[in-house]
Amino acid sequence: MTEPALAIVILIGVLLVALTISAFLIWLERRLLAVWQDRYGPNRTGPFGLLQVVADMIKIFTKEDWIPPFADKPVFVLAPTIIMITVLLSFTVIPFTPVIQVVHLNIGLLFFLAMSSLGVYSVVLGGWSSNNKYSLLGSLRAAAQMLSYEVFMGLSVMGVALIAGSFDLREIVAAQRRLWFCIPQFFGLLIFLVAGIAETRRLPFDLPEAESELVAGYHAEYSGMKFGMFFVGEYLGITLISAMIATLFFGGWLGPGLPPIVWFLLKTFCFICFFVLLRASLPRPRFDQLLAFGWKVMLPLSLLNLLATGAVVLALQGKG
Amino acid sequence: MMMVSLLKTFWVVFLHLFRKRETILYPEQPVPLAPRYRGRIILSRDPDGGERCVACYLCAAVCPVACISLQATEDETGRRYPEFFRINFSRCIFCGFCEEACPTYAIQLTPDLQMSEYQRPQLVYEKEHLLISGQGKYPGYNYYRVAGVKIGGKDKGESEHEKPPVDLRSLLP
Repeated sequence: MTEPALAIVILIGVLLVALTISAFLIWLERRLLAVWQDRYGPNRTGPFGLLQVVADMIKIFTKEDWIPPFADKPVFVLAPTIIMITVLLSFTVIPFTPVIQVVHLNIGLLFFLAMSSLGVYSVVLGGWSSNNKYSLLGSLRAAAQMLSYEVFMGLSVMGVALIAGSFDLREIVAAQRRLWFCIPQFFGLLIFLVAGIAETRRLPFDLPEAESELVAGYHAEYSGMKFGMFFVGEYLGITLISAMIATLFFGGWLGPGLPPIVWFLLKTFCFICFFVLLRASLPRPRFDQLLAFGWKVMLPLSLLNLLATGAVVLALQGKG
Repeated sequence: MMMVSLLKTFWVVFLHLFRKRETILYPEQPVPLAPRYRGRIILSRDPDGGERCVACYLCAAVCPVACISLQATEDETGRRYPEFFRINFSRCIFCGFCEEACPTYAIQLTPDLQMSEYQRPQLVYEKEHLLISGQGKYPGYNYYRVAGVKIGGKDKGESEHEKPPVDLRSLLP
């Protein structure tokens, strides 16, 4: 196959796989949550209730696509697309296998961070243009939360970049051939995990859309497929963060026996399940607790981690 | 310290994976109902196969939503029975007052709740739908056997545990 044709096949493949996984996450999450609450979850539609995804999609596509008259229309329409675009763009730099990667960027890690920063706009603009006090409160919270946790997210992956000596995600995975970074970068992993949860606005850090306080937060005014885009964007975000954890800390496609793509998907799946487990087991903190935890615990920890990693890398360099 | 408690939480929640599910998969799996569950109302028969209902109207009188209607009549032996007996289950609230009011254990509530219909009129049950062939919750009870009332084939004083009637015209004790 010629080079451009292969690239297009990979591009479409990654797009389809990412969207399919995130769609089936709707089913998986409900099923897993149910299992952890001694229930069954959706099990009526199709085998194991798998067609629940189809039912949900039909439902969400046929809902009335309502734009409130008091909303800022262009921004209101634009906001949900931003989250989809940024998250899907982030998927382009993820190396599923040494071959399957849409764009081989030498600054892939930075690109991922940049895209996750841009994702904030979606939430903030969505809440802002809704012209609704609960939406605005939700988006304010989202802005503060995502901006503060982005700092530690960036700092936590710097340790990985230091050891691997590259921002290229493929090189980072290749550098884990001897030892997965989850061991030397254990604190980095912890910080990245927490920041990732906050970044995807998942429970326990779902304060921007806390049902008990803010109705639905920033997407309270959204309906139909516009809401669906926020929804799928969130699940895409989970998949993305899980894939990034697998890539950065658990050796990406590396693993004995099975083909690389299977290893990658398996690791990603484990972290997705862990995300759901988090939702099943933890209560939501107060907003001041969330920010205090971020700035008073996570920031010093990530700085210390960076310092220690840098020192060790320097010392090893000096020796070698 | 916080980490340990968090991990413990994850572990405890994760272990629920292996617990028994609380959900009853209803249409496939029957719902366990108590024997005295107040469900579909039936009319029972006595051990001899006769209708227990004597059409006293007490159930219809006590019914708070007035969903029971009936018409009393007598057969050639003088035994009372309802000519028709109609319960409108679209109004019934399954309170069980009719069962409590019934002096002959005829009307009874049963542990059955699967009585959905597509059309409301189909929820109106006539006597042929209500009357069952068995005795329901009170086996062995036969109202006309123990009651002092006179019907064909049984005179006064011939019931179970009943003394012959006092001869008012005799002075002897």
